Amino acid sequence: MIMRGDVAVIGVGMTKFDEHWNKQLRDLFVEAALEALDDARVSLKDVKAMFVGNMGSGMWVEQEHLGSLLADYLGISGVPSLKVESACASSGMAFRLGLMSVTAGLHDVVLVGGVEKMSDVTTSESTHHLATAADREWEAFYGMTFPGLFALIARRHMKQYGTTREQLAKVAVKNHKHGSYNPKAQYQRAISIEDVLNSPLVADPLRLLDSSPISDGAAAVIIARSDIARRFTDTPVYVLGSGAATDAIALHDRDDITTLRSVVLAAKEAYNMAKVEPEDVNLAEVHDCFTIAEILAYEDLGFARKGEGGKLIDEGVTELGGKIPVNPSGGLKAKGHPVGATGVAQVVEVTLQLRNEAGKRQVSNAEIGLTHNIGGSGASCIVHILGRGRR
Amino acid sequence: MNFKGDIPAIYGWGSYIPVYRIKLDEIARVWGEEPARVKSGLQVEEISVKGRDEDQVVIAVNAAWTALKRAPEVSPKDIGAVYVGSESKPYAVKPTATIVAAAVGAPVTIRAADYEFACKAGTEALISVMAQVVSGMIRYGLAIGADTSQSWPGDVLEYTAGAGGSAYIIGSKSSTSVAYFESQYSVATDTPDFWRRDEVKYPRHMGRFTGEPAYFKHIMLAANELMSREGLKPSDFDYFVPHQPNGTFPVRVALRLGFKPEQVKPGLISPWVGNFYSGSSLTGLSRVLDKAKPGQRILLVSFGSGAGADAFSLVTQEAIEGKKGLAPTVDDYISRKKYVDYSTYLKFWDKIYGV
Amino acid sequence: MSDMSVPKTPRIWQLAERRYRLIGSKCLKCGRVFVGSRKVCPQCGSRELEDVELSRKGKIYSYTVIRASPMEREKYGPYIMAIVELDDGCKLTTEIVDCSPEEIDIGTEVEATFRKIGEESKSGVIYYACKFRPVAKGV
Repeated sequence: MIMRGDVAVIGVGMTKFDEHWNKQLRDLFVEAALEALDDARVSLKDVKAMFVGNMGSGMWVEQEHLGSLLADYLGISGVPSLKVESACASSGMAFRLGLMSVTAGLHDVVLVGGVEKMSDVTTSESTHHLATAADREWEAFYGMTFPGLFALIARRHMKQYGTTREQLAKVAVKNHKHGSYNPKAQYQRAISIEDVLNSPLVADPLRLLDSSPISDGAAAVIIARSDIARRFTDTPVYVLGSGAATDAIALHDRDDITTLRSVVLAAKEAYNMAKVEPEDVNLAEVHDCFTIAEILAYEDLGFARKGEGGKLIDEGVTELGGKIPVNPSGGLKAKGHPVGATGVAQVVEVTLQLRNEAGKRQVSNAEIGLTHNIGGSGASCIVHILGRGRR
Repeated sequence: MNFKGDIPAIYGWGSYIPVYRIKLDEIARVWGEEPARVKSGLQVEEISVKGRDEDQVVIAVNAAWTALKRAPEVSPKDIGAVYVGSESKPYAVKPTATIVAAAVGAPVTIRAADYEFACKAGTEALISVMAQVVSGMIRYGLAIGADTSQSWPGDVLEYTAGAGGSAYIIGSKSSTSVAYFESQYSVATDTPDFWRRDEVKYPRHMGRFTGEPAYFKHIMLAANELMSREGLKPSDFDYFVPHQPNGTFPVRVALRLGFKPEQVKPGLISPWVGNFYSGSSLTGLSRVLDKAKPGQRILLVSFGSGAGADAFSLVTQEAIEGKKGLAPTVDDYISRKKYVDYSTYLKFWDKIYGV
Repeated sequence: MSDMSVPKTPRIWQLAERRYRLIGSKCLKCGRVFVGSRKVCPQCGSRELEDVELSRKGKIYSYTVIRASPMEREKYGPYIMAIVELDDGCKLTTEIVDCSPEEIDIGTEVEATFRKIGEESKSGVIYYACKFRPVAKGV
């Protein structure tokens, strides 16, 4: 695979994920992008292209044409700049397009960002907007919502494999604990299993504390050809593998809803490209939009056998200090989930971890990290594998 | 018999009643009335309530589907007309009939329209379809009476305004029709007993004026016209099905016409589900057909405020026995119920101001 | 707030009859049935598909109760959503009505019923489609 190790992440930046009442989408993006540029010691004129992941600016803030708007406000008008949309996997996909543009030889240095501003509308409007990532005519039209889709998955998983309500709660408890070490997390407080089980039902059996919040935020990374990366930084992190896949848009058109086929396919591509096995992964940032999604990720990424994801959380394998810490950043659950920013924010966290700069949440001896970013109910998935060394 | 050529007949019948009920005790509690007095005056125990996702179109379509189940020999492609009678259409302008036609898979080459004549709009729709069948204009037609009966909160009408309706597949009499029409007579006068002005949400009525000069006068005129012209008397009928604004009027009008209580009771629905307005007498007929044996004679008389009445004499046929079990009966719908309180009823009806 | 919705009448109309009558697509090669209108079978790649009336009865495959409603259903209150596996093997997403969550489970038999889905606004076009309800005893 030609992409393996050919591109390096040379700088990262992100806003705190939060309800940013007095900031606009463009403010958030520019803040994250400038932080990434400064981190990479890259000047504005070095940036040759930009890819921005965003799910629904047209719905949430009535603004499209983000590529041009954000290049303009970042002061780099003139470079090609493009908005990339794949629902909640938008910026994971933007990152992949950035990699492709570098390996294709089009650009040496590229800025990849992700941004979402969700808090400017009511919760019920956000619920509606998020549901546009499902099949509008055959799911959302009938009243289906995103929590609803993952609730359908959870109920089947519990029925087929005996996954328990407590195991789901433990995912939230773990991620909130991790989030308490992350100064950029939306929630930096620990919660208990009882807190989860006593929180209001959102879509039975999922509760409020099984769910990632509605968030505002942006994340950005600077990528460059590996052979020039050290001109800018002493700590490049290399992209070893990239995998992307899709599945039927509607959950009801899939044979088995307890596995996300897009994840299995994307992971296979990424592992093959990176020449890495699941057991080689030292940490993973996975898409825990709902607690059940993290259990599915354990299984579909190969960290656990199908149906045994719950056991992994019981055994503490995925906690900080465990064999494969998952979501040391706090995950979508605690760090926050500004949907279009999430994919790049995962790359930011893995990069910091591999650079040994993750502070209190640092995973020791992290050599290889994985990101797992899904769109909709898993109709799209992007997996990336990053390494401290080029291998 | 006042049909000259082909004889109109029913091929399939079917009803739909929402699952929700409110007890009259609950309505009386809210308005400070004495439940026992209200119930004994009206002879109604409870009424059906439309769900939050049910309206007149929903009732019409589900009733039509039920009727089609009982007419397996009728292809929807052979339906030439869809007429729906109602006084609670969700659209002031836009036919319910076209939605029904699409939902049953009728061809585009149909006649379709909605009828309005207060509570006898459903039988007007039926007459229209019958006329087109016997004139040879169409092979089969679909006639429906359906309402989510409206009433002002706190009005006496609220104790009886139910939701439901019935549909009939009509064609020319044959060995597979379940009942044929012997004769049909109507009356109409300018009698303002009950009305709803344009842009006003709920109807108004003149209280006791809706009784003697309206309901009783017109039903008796139409029934007597039919019986005298056809040389029939009450004892010639096995069943009498009048419009049912409550549980007392139908029995009283039956007795005054010379019918016995056992002739009117099989077609009564109002004591358990209330008044379906345009769907009232047609659902009473549906309940009778659910039980009738071949060769029995039925007198159906609708009443519509404003005012008028349509009288029909029908005779059941052999084929009725084989079709009863093909779809849920009126009693199946009556017995399938969930009670709601008055607040929920207001919510389902969208009667909470500002919401 | 339904009054905020923008008119989308033609889009709803395009699918209205398919929704009213539960018309789906069947692959003539592999036999799989889909709720939407398809030109290519995603299972076997065949381009030979035809419209079919879907089965009107089925069983609940999975279900949930939506308590955080999208804006068009803000005043609707909690409602049950499910994937139903029809007798012909087609799965679809639908609301389950006329019952409480306690009365159903995975495997509960349900049947189609015609219902109102929503409306553009108080003065706008009304949408209808099939929902499902538990099969009544004795019917």
